[in-house]
Amino acid sequence: MTKFFKAIKNEVSDFFGTFAKGDFKTRLSYVVMGAGNFLRGQLVRGFIFLAFEVLFFIYMFMGLGGNSGCYWLSMLPSLGKEGPGEVYDEFYDQYVYAFNDNSFQILLYGVLTIFLIVAFVMSWRANIKQAKAAQETVAAGKKLNKFKDDLKSLVDEGFYKTLLALPVTGIMVFTVLPIVFMILVAFTNYDGTHDGYVTNLFTWQGLKNFKTLFAMNGSGSYGKIFLGILGWTIVWAFFATFSNYFLGILTALMINRKTIKFKKVWRTIFVLTIAIPQFISLLYVSKMFDKSGLINGFLLKWGVLSTPYDFWGHAFSARLLVILINIWIGVPYLMLIATGILLNIPQDLYEAAKIDGASPTQQFRHITMPYMLFITGPYLLTSFTGNMNNFNVIYLLSAGGPTNSAATSAAGSVGYTDLLVTWLFKITTGAESQYYMASVIGIVIFIVVSIITLVVYNLLPSNKNEGDLQ
Amino acid sequence: MSDNTKTKGLGMKAKRRLGDTAIYIILIIMSIIWLTPFVCIVLQSFRVESTWQVGYVVPQKWGLDNYTGLLNTDFVRWYGNTFLMAICVSVLQTIIVLCMSYTLSRFRFKLRKPLMKFMLILGLFPGMLTMIILYRVLKDMGLTMEHAVPGLILVYIASSGMGYYITKGFFDTIPMSLDEAARVDGATRLQVLIQMIMPLSKSIIIYTILTAFMGPWGDFIFAKYISFNTSAGMNVAVGLYSWLSKDMIASRYTMFCAGGVIVAIPVTILFMCFQRYYVEGVTGGSVKG
Repeated sequence: MTKFFKAIKNEVSDFFGTFAKGDFKTRLSYVVMGAGNFLRGQLVRGFIFLAFEVLFFIYMFMGLGGNSGCYWLSMLPSLGKEGPGEVYDEFYDQYVYAFNDNSFQILLYGVLTIFLIVAFVMSWRANIKQAKAAQETVAAGKKLNKFKDDLKSLVDEGFYKTLLALPVTGIMVFTVLPIVFMILVAFTNYDGTHDGYVTNLFTWQGLKNFKTLFAMNGSGSYGKIFLGILGWTIVWAFFATFSNYFLGILTALMINRKTIKFKKVWRTIFVLTIAIPQFISLLYVSKMFDKSGLINGFLLKWGVLSTPYDFWGHAFSARLLVILINIWIGVPYLMLIATGILLNIPQDLYEAAKIDGASPTQQFRHITMPYMLFITGPYLLTSFTGNMNNFNVIYLLSAGGPTNSAATSAAGSVGYTDLLVTWLFKITTGAESQYYMASVIGIVIFIVVSIITLVVYNLLPSNKNEGDLQ
Repeated sequence: MSDNTKTKGLGMKAKRRLGDTAIYIILIIMSIIWLTPFVCIVLQSFRVESTWQVGYVVPQKWGLDNYTGLLNTDFVRWYGNTFLMAICVSVLQTIIVLCMSYTLSRFRFKLRKPLMKFMLILGLFPGMLTMIILYRVLKDMGLTMEHAVPGLILVYIASSGMGYYITKGFFDTIPMSLDEAARVDGATRLQVLIQMIMPLSKSIIIYTILTAFMGPWGDFIFAKYISFNTSAGMNVAVGLYSWLSKDMIASRYTMFCAGGVIVAIPVTILFMCFQRYYVEGVTGGSVKG
């Protein structure tokens, strides 16, 4: 914390110090960006700064082919005032229907404008630093970098800037911006009817949606549904992660046993399940357990059942099946990972244990398992959180069903195998498209996952005493 | 092992043989469980006498009707869409992932640690959350419904920089001293990357291409939402899923099986050819975290 304040203090003193000590050119760059550069001969670098400044102010006050940045910012607190209505059209000489203000655009461009302002302030600060550096270089009698040198640096010393430009822009535009936007949506009443269906206007709601999610009383209240789904999500993630983990290790141990032959054949059989696109195997297996599917067909033929059993129609069988089928999907991965790690366990550990007369079970308990847990701790953690958000397995197998008749909210019904993510998906694509509830749930998922990650990460042995096993 | 068995006599040997037999039996049973669905799907794809689900596996009448029938459906379109996406994504995503992981592995700049932490936090948000706004923006750009393919490619590759962990872990194992030696000889960073690091990282590059190529074949959520029930914009996963809906399944079930086989064949062959690299990537990635 003190480090943080020190950094701020340094920043402030540097900011004013540069102005106090700067010459005319440096001081000018506080107003005209790039002045400290182009007045000293660094033409291209200086004019890039200047062009950015000019474009920024044109956008902010006049707009670049659309509304200005100031307009979007001024609309942000209200998210638009004028709803849909009839507008007189001179050309057709009649009244036409117009949506007027569009809250979605206001929120989106408002957020974008804020991003732009932050970028502007940062480059303004960078421009001052550059001016100071240029002044000092000249004062020391050294030569300033020309544009050609700058370009050269972009494939050498500054190569990381070139390499990062594209990926980071992509992440900013397609992940950061949408996430910021969706977090804001959680505080509005944005849903299907406010998305061009009835009107384009939606407004700020404060914490109302969060209260709705945690509301416990009344019919169709979200609170109980939420707790039920959260509970199942954690139970599912626990079983899905650890069943795969231990069975995967066991399979790897069996295949890697010294006296077992055809190791490659066994391995290939399991790898085949990884190779085949998951949606095919999941959909096919889901239909195998269908009421009129293969499994029921055989059970009827063999006389085990007299009427077909609806595996996906009962809460317990559906939940058990998704966990079992997930084992079928996941064990091969774990088998591969465990094989790689098992081969890396130092053999002298086993030799020493044998001399001490340890049985194979003891060796497994005291050498293999601790080693595995140590190495795969972080993997276990990510696969636990990954399973909490395992949309594909649940949606393609049971689609969340069977429907839980006791858990119907305003956003539609949920099923016994629904996870938080599939619930989020159902709310988004449901009849009412309650986007605001979807974002509230998304935020809650983020909080739950972060808490689990933080707590478990600090408990992990591989984090605590690094080097214990090395 | 052999010393042990000699000293303890026959009992140990018999015990070991018993253990082996038990393991063989377990492995055989597991193999049957793991392979049964695939055998079933192949057999049912050749069934001609009925198109709905039945309670038996081996067809009574064999034929290629389901496969030839596929040609007259939108399946061809879905297949083309998915293939196109897979090609584009495997090229572009590999480039982006390589840029990201090389930078984070080799350069030490001020924002490196904050950037990595930031991406870690971003990764904790459910990716689906961004779907609503991405759909709206792509819709305004005209890249949804029947034009979903370019929109989907954009969505797949844009954030792929966040999946740098495994590749970075691999780059970290290449000694920095190699870089420094080359730099002393006057090579630029760009030359180091292209002439030294890339040839050394063949296996991890193939792994990256392979996983990127397989991504679009399995994506369901984004493809479903962005194609928005428009058949022309679907990928195979969403398209074939629609054939299993309540009112379609009776007439499309065996065609679904045939479609599944057609989709699985090229991906499986490709995967099996490069299996070694995949296993290296998966095991290496998990060990290094």
